[in-house]
Amino acid sequence: MAQKESAKFSDKVRNISSALELDPRLLSMIGALLMIWIFFYYASDGIFLSPRNLWNLSVQTSVTALIATGMVLIIVSRNIDLSVGSLLAFLGIMGGFVQTELLTFEGTHSWWISIIVMLIAGAVLGGAQGFIVAKFAIPAFVVTLGGLMFWRGAGWLFTQGRTVTPLDSTYSVLGGGSIGETWSWIVGIVAFLMLSMFVIWKRRSRARLGFPTKSLGLEILMLAVWAGLIALFVSTMNAYNFPRSEEGRGIPVPVLIMIICACVMMYVATMTRFGRYIYGYGGNPEAAELAGVSTLKITVMSFAIIGVLTAIGAMISTARLNAAPLTIGQLLELQVIAAAVIGGTSLAGGVGTIVGALIGAVLMQSLQNGMVLIGVQSAPQQMIMAGVLIFAVWFDVYYQKKSR
Amino acid sequence: MSNQTPLVEMKNIHKNFGGIRAVDGMDLQLYPGEVLGLLGHNGAGKSTLIKMLSGAYPKDEGEISIAGERVHFETPRDAKAAGIETIYQTLALADNLPTPANIFFGREILTKFGALDEAAMEHAAINVMKRLNPAFVKFHDPVSNLSGGQRQSVAIARTLQFNARIIIMDEPTAALGPHETQMVAELIKNLKNEGIGIIMISHDLHDVFDLSDRVSVMKNGRHVWTGNVADTNKDEVLQMIILGKLPDGSYAPGITSEADA
Repeated sequence: MAQKESAKFSDKVRNISSALELDPRLLSMIGALLMIWIFFYYASDGIFLSPRNLWNLSVQTSVTALIATGMVLIIVSRNIDLSVGSLLAFLGIMGGFVQTELLTFEGTHSWWISIIVMLIAGAVLGGAQGFIVAKFAIPAFVVTLGGLMFWRGAGWLFTQGRTVTPLDSTYSVLGGGSIGETWSWIVGIVAFLMLSMFVIWKRRSRARLGFPTKSLGLEILMLAVWAGLIALFVSTMNAYNFPRSEEGRGIPVPVLIMIICACVMMYVATMTRFGRYIYGYGGNPEAAELAGVSTLKITVMSFAIIGVLTAIGAMISTARLNAAPLTIGQLLELQVIAAAVIGGTSLAGGVGTIVGALIGAVLMQSLQNGMVLIGVQSAPQQMIMAGVLIFAVWFDVYYQKKSR
Repeated sequence: MSNQTPLVEMKNIHKNFGGIRAVDGMDLQLYPGEVLGLLGHNGAGKSTLIKMLSGAYPKDEGEISIAGERVHFETPRDAKAAGIETIYQTLALADNLPTPANIFFGREILTKFGALDEAAMEHAAINVMKRLNPAFVKFHDPVSNLSGGQRQSVAIARTLQFNARIIIMDEPTAALGPHETQMVAELIKNLKNEGIGIIMISHDLHDVFDLSDRVSVMKNGRHVWTGNVADTNKDEVLQMIILGKLPDGSYAPGITSEADA
């Protein structure tokens, strides 16, 4: 009886998703997220969904979500990166070192020079780990476990363990600043226009070759939903005012950075040759090699990408703290991997989406944030998070079996 | 036929893996518009030989010429550029990707801005699949959802899409039902008529005698015998495969007695 009902339910989800041409897995994740939000809304007497908390939630999510977009490509191509937390600490300290020790403090250029140094170092060091993985056929688990130990140690050498602080004031905006009400609306409108153009371009390119396109009504409906979501997001961010003022903060800078990076990563994953090779390699490494795909190239490149994302994460984290302590980013690698896995990335390789990882990151951070709000101690918090992770993977396995 | 320039000429090819001589001085010729059956035991070196022709393995020694020109293949891309397409026994499909992505894997069509042109690839995939399997419609499913025959057609479609001059087929009918085997046989005949040279590896002697013009037998990495299908029969070929015993009763070079076999 119960089985019959659950079968009916999954059929329903499938019907809805096929009508909207959306991935049913994604739809069920959004459903789970909404349920969590509603639960914490009532459990916290409405504080959870207040603009202030949502603003903070979005900032807290940004670093994990940002790096998770890169972790998806790593895991899809049958690798893993355990070094992101330590690399983030190393890069953050390096950036702080450049700002406070190498260049004049509060100099006109020190903030952006330090960022460029971090980005380049992130790409080179990440790429080097990828090179070791591919060139010497050492499992990525081992190489990046080495990275996990190595980079935090290397960070210590820069400052002999001192926390680098304070950092440049312009730089600090990148971590805790926001772009204000007007600019938030402008960003929202530009995002919507770009999305519409993308939809139109896709319809045209299909129509040009005489393919059936989605029904126009449905497409307009979807765009309207997107417009609503974007408007809701912007107005929520604008509704959190600066202290003792009527002026809204608007979209936080780290969230904006994260969204832009996520869009770039979606483009890379789904619309470039490199992205196609990552997925194809994950599906069948032998086939990829026979098709002339260079394992070395895609591995180095995917690790360099996550290195750059880690550098951006280091920038956001240190700017937010206005300091670069050695302890920054501890256990971040596990949060990032968990976000990707909750978002449907399969550790067996070949399967995973950037959007899924983003939702996974929001879902995890929502749980953590909500549990803090309702006063759950940190030990049970971790236990609950562990349960959620395992449940998510179980659900995935179960769902995959069902859909066969 | 032999006064024509061969499409493929492999001379004195060697390949060692560690201390094992997988291919040991093998010769092979393929002419336009013919099907050459490559026969031998498991481990006779057939797959290794064709992997050198398809660029998957570098050769240790020997010469490969395509239409009279010496070539050197570093990667499968080099071989494909020379017009050699291979259908591997495993099919070499990325199971998580749909049909068009598999057909164009490694040779994607790009838009003028450098992004993947999915629509163009799907369009081309539909056209090429029409030639093979007119009933096929699952263009958006990952190929793991396809049947054995459908997967085989995707692997074949990949060779047709790029106008191969030479097609290597490793056990093309092993995973197929009778109807699908018939389909592959028809296809091979059509390709032959277009002047394409085909090297076919098969364990099924019936298929080989049905489809090939000539057969070439390998044993222990060495050449045993090459000749027209019309000049031999299944029993003789079996003797060559198993014992390395030539039709005239002598043994192939490197095999001096039955004990060596």
